[in-house]
Amino acid sequence: MLKSITPLKIYILFFLVFLYAPAILLPIFAFNDSAIVAFPLKGFTTEWFGVLWETEALHSAAKNSFIIAITTAILSTLLGMLAARANARYKFPMQRPMMGLIMLPMVLPEIIVGVSLLVVILQLGFDLSLWTIILGHVLICTPFCIAILSSAFMNLDQSLEEASFDLGQTRLATFWLITVPLVMPGLISSLLISFTISLDEFIIAFFLAGTEPTLPVYIWGQLRFPQRLPSLMALGTLLLAVSLVLLILAEYFRRRGARKTGTTDTGGFL
Amino acid sequence: MSKNQTHNRWRQSEAAQGLFLISPTFIFCTVLLAIPLGLVLALSFWTQNYLELDKTLTLANYQTAWGEEIYQTLMGRSLKISACVTILTVLLAYPVAYFVSFHIKPKHKAMWIFLITIPFWTSYLMRIFLWKVILGYNGVVNGSLIGAGLIEKPLSFILYNQNAVVLTLGHAWLPFAILPIFVALEKIDHSLLEAAQDLGEGPIRRFLRVTLPLSMPGVLAATVIVFIPTIGDYVTPRLVGGPNGLMISNMIELQFKKANNAPLGAALAVSAMVIVSVISLIFVWLNRKYLKAR
Repeated sequence: MLKSITPLKIYILFFLVFLYAPAILLPIFAFNDSAIVAFPLKGFTTEWFGVLWETEALHSAAKNSFIIAITTAILSTLLGMLAARANARYKFPMQRPMMGLIMLPMVLPEIIVGVSLLVVILQLGFDLSLWTIILGHVLICTPFCIAILSSAFMNLDQSLEEASFDLGQTRLATFWLITVPLVMPGLISSLLISFTISLDEFIIAFFLAGTEPTLPVYIWGQLRFPQRLPSLMALGTLLLAVSLVLLILAEYFRRRGARKTGTTDTGGFL
Repeated sequence: MSKNQTHNRWRQSEAAQGLFLISPTFIFCTVLLAIPLGLVLALSFWTQNYLELDKTLTLANYQTAWGEEIYQTLMGRSLKISACVTILTVLLAYPVAYFVSFHIKPKHKAMWIFLITIPFWTSYLMRIFLWKVILGYNGVVNGSLIGAGLIEKPLSFILYNQNAVVLTLGHAWLPFAILPIFVALEKIDHSLLEAAQDLGEGPIRRFLRVTLPLSMPGVLAATVIVFIPTIGDYVTPRLVGGPNGLMISNMIELQFKKANNAPLGAALAVSAMVIVSVISLIFVWLNRKYLKAR
C-alpha cells in the first residue's frame, strides 16, 4: 500500500475521511461533556447515556422499532426466499415483469412508497399502526433480501437436490434437509440486513406511523430541541454500534455461504 | 390424454412451479405497491373538497402543479439538485471503484467494499444532522479553517443552502454509485487492456478508449440508481437546505400531511416521477446509442 504514493491513493485517503466523517464525529460528541454539540470539546462524560436510560418515551419507541424490525426481517426474508428461489431455479411466463415489480422499491423514492401506502390505507379506512409501518418496510426490504439470496440459490449445486430425490425424499423434505441448510448463511445474512434497514428507516415510518413512533420518528421529533441533542448523539452511537455488530455478522455469514457453495466472491451486500 | 393428466403434467411443469413459488411475493407487491401506485395516479386526477374527495376526473391538479410559479421553482430546483448530486457522486465514486477493482488484491476486495458500505448503515437522520454540525457556523470546517488561520470569519455559504443539500445527499448515495461501477470494472477482461498496451496505447488513452467505455454500463446504473431516488428526499433539504434549499418532496409531504390536499400532492409526485424517469430513459438511450456506434 505505502510502497508508492500516487495521486489516486491520496484521493482515496481524502475520500475515506469524507465518507467516515459523520460516523466518527457521532461517538466523539456522545462522550463530550458539553450541552452544545460543537467544537472545541470539553471533556469526557457518560452522562448522555444516563439520560437515555431515564427517558420513558424513548424506551417505548425503541420497543416499537424492535418489534417492527424483527417482524419485517422475518416476513421479507420469507418473501425474498420464495422469489429468489423461483427466479433462480425456474423459467416461467412473465418472469421479468414480475421480478421487475418486486425489485422496483430499490429505485423508487421512498416518499412515493410511503405516500402510496398512506393513500390506500386511508382509503380503506384502516388506522395507522405498527402494522402499516411493517407492510411498508417489508416492501422495501424484500428486494435487498432477494439480492442477497439470489446469489445463494444461483450457486446451489442442483445435483445435490436431484440426489436427494433419487434417494426417495419428497420435494418438501429435500427442501428442508438439503436446500435450506445450504443457503442458511444467506438466510441469516438476509435477516440481519433487513432488520438493520427497518431499524433505521425514517421516511416511510414517518408517513405511516400512527400514535406510536419508531426510534427514527422519535429522533426526528427531538432534533428541534437543542438541549436534547447530546443525548441524541449518545442514542445514535448506540444504534451505530448495534448496526455494526449486525453488519459484521451478516458479512461473516454471507462469506461463509459463498465458501460453502465453493465460489469466490468480491461483492458486497448489494 | 385425459383432461386430468394434462392438468397434472402442467402442475409439475417448470412454469407452474415457478409461478406457484413466486406468487406470494408477487401478490404482496401487487396489493401493496402496484395497486397503491395506481391509486395515487387516480388520486392526482381527483379533487379534495375539504373532507370529501370529488372523484370527477380533472386536470386541475396538473394545471396547478405545472402552472404555478412556486411548484415550477421547486421542481426545477429539485431536478438541478438531483442532477448535481448524481454528477458529484459518480465523479467521486469512479476513482474509488477503479482503485478497489484494479489496485486491491482479490482477497481484500470484499473487505474494501464492506468498508465503503459501512457509513451507509449508520443512522440516516443522525448522519444528515452531523453534516449540519460539520458545515455549521461554529462547525468543524469553519473551526479548523479559522484555527489554521486560513479565514478570519466563518464561511456562511456552506450551510443552509443548496450546496449543503448536494454535499449531504452526495455523501448518502456514494455507496450506491460505487457498487455498480465496481461490478462493471470487475467484469472487464484484462487481456483487452494488455492488448491495448501492446498496440502502443498510453495509460490515459487506454483508460479512455478501453476501460471507460467498458465500464459505462456500471456508470449508467449508478446514474439511474442515484438520480431517481434523490428527488424523493425531504429530510436532507429540511435539515441543511435552509429556506432556499427546499425541494419538491417537501411540498409533496406538506400537501399530504399539513395542507391536506392529497390530490395536488399526488399530481406533484406523479409529475416528479415522470420527469425523472423520462430524463433517465433518454440518458440511458443516448449512451447506448453512442456506445454502439463506437
